[in-house]
Amino acid sequence: MKDNSLKRKTERKRRSGMINLLARLLKEKPLGTVGLLITLLLLLAGVFANFIAPYGMNAVGAGPSLSAPSIHFWLGTDNLGRDLLSRIIYGARISVIVGLIGAAISVVLSTIIGILSAYIGGAFDLIMQRIVDAWMCIPPLILMMVLISMVGPGMWQVIIVMGLSFGITGSRIVRSSTISMKANMYLEASRALGCSNTRILTKHILPNIMSTIIILFSTLVPTMILTEASLSFLGFGIAPPAPSWGGMLTGSARNYMFMAPWLVIWPGVALSIVVYGVNVFGDALRDLLDPRLMGGVGRYGVKIKKGDTVKSKLAARSDG
Amino acid sequence: MRVYIIRRLLLIIPTVLLTSIIIFITIRLIPGSIIDIMVEQFGAYAKVDRAAVENELGLNVPIYIQYGRWVGVVPQADGKISGVMEGNLGDSLWHGTPVISEIESSWPVTFELAVLGLIISQAIALPIGIYSSIRQDTWGDYVARTFAILCIAVPGFWLGTMIVVFPSIWWGYSPPITLIPFIANPIGNLKMFIIPAIVLGMSMAGISMRMTRTMMLEVLRQDYIRTAWAKGLRERVVVMRHALRNALIPVITIIGMQVPVMVGGEVIIENIFNLPGMGRLITTATLDRDYTIVSGTMLVFGIVMVLINLLVDLTYGYLDPRVNYK
Repeated sequence: MKDNSLKRKTERKRRSGMINLLARLLKEKPLGTVGLLITLLLLLAGVFANFIAPYGMNAVGAGPSLSAPSIHFWLGTDNLGRDLLSRIIYGARISVIVGLIGAAISVVLSTIIGILSAYIGGAFDLIMQRIVDAWMCIPPLILMMVLISMVGPGMWQVIIVMGLSFGITGSRIVRSSTISMKANMYLEASRALGCSNTRILTKHILPNIMSTIIILFSTLVPTMILTEASLSFLGFGIAPPAPSWGGMLTGSARNYMFMAPWLVIWPGVALSIVVYGVNVFGDALRDLLDPRLMGGVGRYGVKIKKGDTVKSKLAARSDG
Repeated sequence: MRVYIIRRLLLIIPTVLLTSIIIFITIRLIPGSIIDIMVEQFGAYAKVDRAAVENELGLNVPIYIQYGRWVGVVPQADGKISGVMEGNLGDSLWHGTPVISEIESSWPVTFELAVLGLIISQAIALPIGIYSSIRQDTWGDYVARTFAILCIAVPGFWLGTMIVVFPSIWWGYSPPITLIPFIANPIGNLKMFIIPAIVLGMSMAGISMRMTRTMMLEVLRQDYIRTAWAKGLRERVVVMRHALRNALIPVITIIGMQVPVMVGGEVIIENIFNLPGMGRLITTATLDRDYTIVSGTMLVFGIVMVLINLLVDLTYGYLDPRVNYK
C-alpha cells in the first residue's frame, strides 16, 4: 500500500516538458503570451492564406485602382486594383517561409562551423575565426545586396544568401558555447573509455548546447524577416508581383504613396507587429530557458518607504 | 597592457587581408551570364563590348594575378603597378570616373549621418536602459521594454517612408534636396540630417537599450553593489559610480558590433531621403552592376570597420583591467 501512494505522489507532479514550458509562459510572461499569439496568427495566415484572403494574391482589377479602404476592400486597393488585405495575407506566407527556413539554414551552418571550430581547435580554429572576423567586418546588407545582384532576385536566392551570411556570423555564439562545454571533465572520461569523436559530438556536446541553438534560432527568425523586407525594399529581394511586405513599399507604390498612403502604411504595420510578436515570444522563451536569470541574489528594486530602515529591508531581501 | 595593444594591432594585418580577399572573391565570382547582361544594358551607352569589360575587370588572367594587380603588388597589363596600395581603386565601368573621387565626394554625408545616428541612439538608449534596469518589472520597465522592441521591430525603411509621406500630405512639407555642407551652414546642414539621423538612431537604440538593461541587471546582482547599498550610499551613487562603469564595458563592445549593421541602415536611409552618401552610391552601383565601384566602396567600408573594431577593443582593454591577465 505504501508503494501505491508513493507512486501516485510522484506521478502527480510529472508534466511533460513542453506543457510545463507553456504553462509557465502563460502564468509568468503576459507579454510573451501576446507574442505567442501573434506568432500563431502569422503561421495561420501563412499556411491558410488561400482560405483566409478574400481575393487572390495577384488579382489585378479586382477593384477600382487606388481606392481607399472600404467595406469591400478593407485596406484599400493598389494602382492595379489588387486588394491590399489579400496581398498582405499572402505576404505572411513569404515571411513565414523566409523567416523559418532562412533561420534554419543559418543555424545549421552556424552549428557546423562553430562546433567544428571549437572542437578541432588549434590552427583550424585560429584560421576559421580570422575568416569569420573578416566576414563580420563587411556590412551584411551590402554583402547580401552584391551577392543577390549576382545570382538574381528570387525567394530561394534570398533565403540561401541570408542563411549563408547570418550563418557565418552566428557561428561565434555556437563556438563559445562549445568551448565552455569542452572544458567539462566527463568528456575526458568519455574519451578515456574509448568514445569516438563523432559519438562525443552527437551524444554529449550537441544536446547540451541545444538551448544556445534554440535561442539563436529564436533571435534569427525576426532578423530574417526584417532583412528580407529590407532587401526587397532596395530591389534586391523578392521581385514583384510576389507580395513581399518590404517589396510592397517600393517600386510603383512610391509613385502613388502621396495619393494613396494606405499602400505604404499597412505592409509596414504588418511587419512591425509580426517582428514585434516574434521578438517578444523569443524573449520570453529565452527568459524561461535561461537558468541564470532564475532566482538570483534578490531583487534590486527596493522601495524605501517612510519608517523603513535599510537594515530591515536587507533582512527581508536576504530571505527572499 | 602594452602586450595587449601590440597583439591587437598586429591582428589588423590578417583581418584586412582576409577582408580584401573575401571582397575580391565575391566580385570575381560574377557568372558569365551576368557579364552578358551588363554588356547588353550598358554596352551601347559606354561603347564597350564583352572583351573590353573583361579586360577592365581583369578577368583574362588567373585569379591570384588579378588579386595581386588589384592590391597593387603585381604589375598591370601595361606594366605599371597601380592598385589599392597606391590609392587607385579603379575606374567606374560605365562612366570611367575614378572610384576614389566618387568615394571622396560621398563619404562626408555617410560619416555625418553615422555620427549623428550614433549620438542620438545612445542618448535615447542609455537613460532608458538604465532606468529600466533599476526599476525592473514595474510599469516603467514594461513600457521601456516595449519601446525597445518596437524600435527593433519597426523597419527603418517604413518609418522613413512614413516621415516622408505624412508631413507632405498634412502640411505640404518636403525635405530639403540640396546638400548644405556643415562648414558653410551648420544649422541648415543639421536641419537636413536630423530626421534621417533620428530614424537611423532608433533601430540601433532598441538593441542598445536591451543590452544596457541586461548588463545592468547582471551587475546589480553582484555582491559589491549590495555592499555599496549596505554602506548607505544613495541610489544615484550606487548606480552611477559603481554599477554603470562595469555594465557599460560590454555595451561598448555591442555598439562596435552594431556599426556594420548600422551601415546597412544607412544604405536604406540614404535611399529614402535621397542623401548623396556612400550608401546611395553603392546601391546605384550594384543595380547598375558597376562592380569596380562596388568593390572599391566595399573595401573602404571593410577597412573602416576593422579600424572601428580596433578602437573598440583598445577602449575595452583600457576600461577593463582584467584583459591584461587573460
